Amino acid sequence: MGVIIPLVSVSAFWLVIGLGGPFLVPKGVNRGIVQTMIVLTAVCCWLFWILVYLHQLNPLIGPQISVKTIRWISEKWGDAKGVKN
Amino acid sequence: MDQYGTAPSPAEHPGIFRSEEMCLAQLYIQSEAAYGCVAELGELGLVQFRDLNPDISAFQRKYVKEVRRCDEMERKLRFLEREIKKDQVPMLDTGENPDVPQPREMIDLEATFEKLENELREVNQNEETLKKNFNELTELKHILRKTQTFFEEHEELQVEALLPLEVTRDLHAPDTPALIMQLRFVAGVIQRERLPAFERLLWRVCRGNVFLRQSDIDDVIQDAVTGESVNKTVFIIFFQGDQLKTKVKKICEGFRATLYPCPDTPQERREMSIGVMTRIEDLKTVLGQTQDHRHRVLVAASKNVRMWLTKVRKIKSIYHTLNLFNIDVTQKCLIAECWCPVNELERIKMSLKRGTEDSGSQVPSILHRMETSENPPTYHKTNKFTRGFQEIVDAYGMATYREINPAPYTMITFPFLFAVMFGDMGHGTVMLLAGLFFILKEKQLEAARIRDEIFNTFFNGRYVIFLMGAFSIYTGFIYNDIFSKSINLFGSSWRNTYGADFFQEHLTYEEQEKPFMLVPEKGFDSPGGPYPFGLDPVWNLAESNKLSFLNSMKMKASVILGITQMAFGLMLSLYNHRYFKSDLDIKWMFIPQALFLGCIFVYLCLQIIAKWLFFTAEANTVFGYDYPGSNCAPSLLIGLINMFMQKSRDKGFEGPTCYLNFWYPGQSFFEFIFLAVAICCVPVMLFAKPYLMWKEDQLRRGRGHAHLAPVELILLVVALVQVPLMLFAKPYLLWRRQKGYQPQIDQPGTSGGFQQSVRADMNGEDVEVVQHADEPPKENGASHGGGHGHGDGPLDMGDVMVYQAIHTIEFVLGCVSHTASYLRLWALSLAHAQLSDVLWTMVFRHAFGFDGYLGAFITYALFFVFFFLSVGILVLMEGLSAFLHALRLHWVEFQSKFYGGHGYPFAPFSFEKILQEEREAEEQA
Repeated sequence: MGVIIPLVSVSAFWLVIGLGGPFLVPKGVNRGIVQTMIVLTAVCCWLFWILVYLHQLNPLIGPQISVKTIRWISEKWGDAKGVKN
Repeated sequence: MDQYGTAPSPAEHPGIFRSEEMCLAQLYIQSEAAYGCVAELGELGLVQFRDLNPDISAFQRKYVKEVRRCDEMERKLRFLEREIKKDQVPMLDTGENPDVPQPREMIDLEATFEKLENELREVNQNEETLKKNFNELTELKHILRKTQTFFEEHEELQVEALLPLEVTRDLHAPDTPALIMQLRFVAGVIQRERLPAFERLLWRVCRGNVFLRQSDIDDVIQDAVTGESVNKTVFIIFFQGDQLKTKVKKICEGFRATLYPCPDTPQERREMSIGVMTRIEDLKTVLGQTQDHRHRVLVAASKNVRMWLTKVRKIKSIYHTLNLFNIDVTQKCLIAECWCPVNELERIKMSLKRGTEDSGSQVPSILHRMETSENPPTYHKTNKFTRGFQEIVDAYGMATYREINPAPYTMITFPFLFAVMFGDMGHGTVMLLAGLFFILKEKQLEAARIRDEIFNTFFNGRYVIFLMGAFSIYTGFIYNDIFSKSINLFGSSWRNTYGADFFQEHLTYEEQEKPFMLVPEKGFDSPGGPYPFGLDPVWNLAESNKLSFLNSMKMKASVILGITQMAFGLMLSLYNHRYFKSDLDIKWMFIPQALFLGCIFVYLCLQIIAKWLFFTAEANTVFGYDYPGSNCAPSLLIGLINMFMQKSRDKGFEGPTCYLNFWYPGQSFFEFIFLAVAICCVPVMLFAKPYLMWKEDQLRRGRGHAHLAPVELILLVVALVQVPLMLFAKPYLLWRRQKGYQPQIDQPGTSGGFQQSVRADMNGEDVEVVQHADEPPKENGASHGGGHGHGDGPLDMGDVMVYQAIHTIEFVLGCVSHTASYLRLWALSLAHAQLSDVLWTMVFRHAFGFDGYLGAFITYALFFVFFFLSVGILVLMEGLSAFLHALRLHWVEFQSKFYGGHGYPFAPFSFEKILQEEREAEEQA
């Protein structure tokens, strides 16, 4: 899916929730609390997602898999470029 | 009509972000109106009264008589309740809130209770007497019946035996021939258990000259007094002579056997029997009627008992509160002091007005707002959702008055950190559903008034559980973990890197099991990008090195989350400093703290992110250096240690220890600067604020404007001297204080009858001008621990320095230790994932090895085991564990950055609270 598309879309999603959500809260006693909760949710969820995403961006090690599972991967998910099978 | 001490400040509505603004108010109430006003205020539940008579004992207060009367009434009502419960009459508890009765109604209530109590006692007494009579008559009936058989047998014996010893039935004949011995008898009833001993004693004492016949009574008789059922036996003793008679009588007394007069002739016995039967029938009727009457009385009372109890409790609490008031000299007016929220002053005034009018008093009550330097209580307005989180925060320490309340932030960060440790979609769903069940059924469950403490703990935290479950589903989605399995929604980014000839080499069963790595240079689809949302599912297949990858990811995530939360805490402390207008704190506490945190830990976070972005598996050029590959990716942990030690390292990525070298140009310079700034911040945190406070103190005392340059020099020396001072000052001062405290009363210049003093409050970082009326300055040492800055006393430098040292050390060392402490996010998440994996692999997966019907049955059975173990171990036990750790992270690591927690809770006089407490106390007992 590329690097940019998920990055931009997910960040935009949480940005919309974090910035736009507070305006949708109806006026009332609890307005402040609900706004805080929405913003904090957006920040926490986005932060956690991007930490996992960034860690997988440039992996330094690869998965160590048994031969029979590698065969299964080869059939189901395909081979890397330049691999003859 | 109503007076204000000073114009009220514009009431802020911070909601739950800060505690409510409180003010101390004085109430002047007419004595007649006092009861009514307190009743109204009790219904409102918004004021906390202070005890104005602390030195008067409970027995000397004004309304002690009324309190006693209320206690009497409560005692009578409890007696009534006990009787009602004994008869198992259901008590009507509508849970309604009856109005507080007027004082004159109290007399009526007392009369009613008195009447009821007397009636009930009388009825109980009568019933007891009747029952005793009934028992006696029943025993007599049995005696008559049994002795009939004895005498009949005896007659037969007589007829057969023709003994020289003739027993005449006609025992009343006084002039029977002396040859014929007269056998006399006594008849009675004794408890069955005592009979053997009774017999033995009789035999011994009377030397075998008595003859005992006995027969058990089959009916069980109820003892009138104790109400227990006893088994009794009828006995009849035949003997000769008067001496034996006395002996027998004494023994019967000793064994508490009841003797009954038994007539000798059968006719008399028959007559007596008939008489006894009629009397028993009569008694039964009377007894029945008595019990009916009692029942009716109790049923009538049961309808009102709970309502009366509520009323009496309200009255008692009102009189207790009235006892706290002060009576002014003229005996006409009561003075009360109370804490109340500024926002609610209007409502309180309305209540007072209502109360005064209801009591028919002409003089209106006055609410006078007072200025005070005392610490008001902390009051957070909560609803059923926020209450759970507020209680979590309060459990650690009640917020200081008007400081930032961590609860609104805790509402999201706490379930989030929990979820980072719990992260599993399946278990998260279980938790979410449990929380949802409690929330949807909360009305019924509250009405059921379940007393189990564990259930109540879970029920009160239903919103917390719900949020924890929801966030766990999200983090489970990101960890790609549902009951230890991963799901492949978007397509993995890893591909096979081995060709056909490789597979030819590994064909046998053992060869197929060997693990091989899909190297990221070839296997990872770089242009395709990583798995878009969460962890790539391929890692679930990599059983041998899955943990290496995951550990690295979770540790880095934990550190970054931790430092983010601590930085957030530091920002909140800035808000606190700005609110309390403490410039000193902003410049000399917040900035050095932020610099310290930034230079070392935010730098670490930036390094982590840089390593993620710039270091790939294949060879590259990174920051101008030739980077040969993943074995030279810089080790961040060792790099940090080397930064502290300022170890000299090579630049670039050459040599066998290429992962220890500098990896961006200028790194050694930057690290030196960061370390230097961080170290410089420490003495600033330690000395700057106390020095400036001392300087301020000097200026205030008007000891002249200092010549700054030589004074600065002197103070620098003083600062260095502080170190031994820190060690010895406080102990020495405490020792001296013990020897004799001499209060120093400072009287700064008065102005027009008011004394003005400037108070610098150390903990609250507050400086205010306080005017108090002409009264001796009160010793106000109650509020805070730590350093005191009394306006009128000398600035206690020793205390100040020690406090500052503690705070500095706590922050500096805390930064390091807390960052490491956040690694528990990783540790618990790992434990959870592994446990989940074990349950699947070792318990459930075995079911798939069986075929056919056996397989189906085993799947069913093993799923049962798997599910219960999952819920018991993973959801409940791990859930509690993660809850506890998330709590600790909040209480210690987050709140230590900004939270004071020195307040005391606002405990208003509220009927609702009092009634609830009494009800809970009842249910406990």
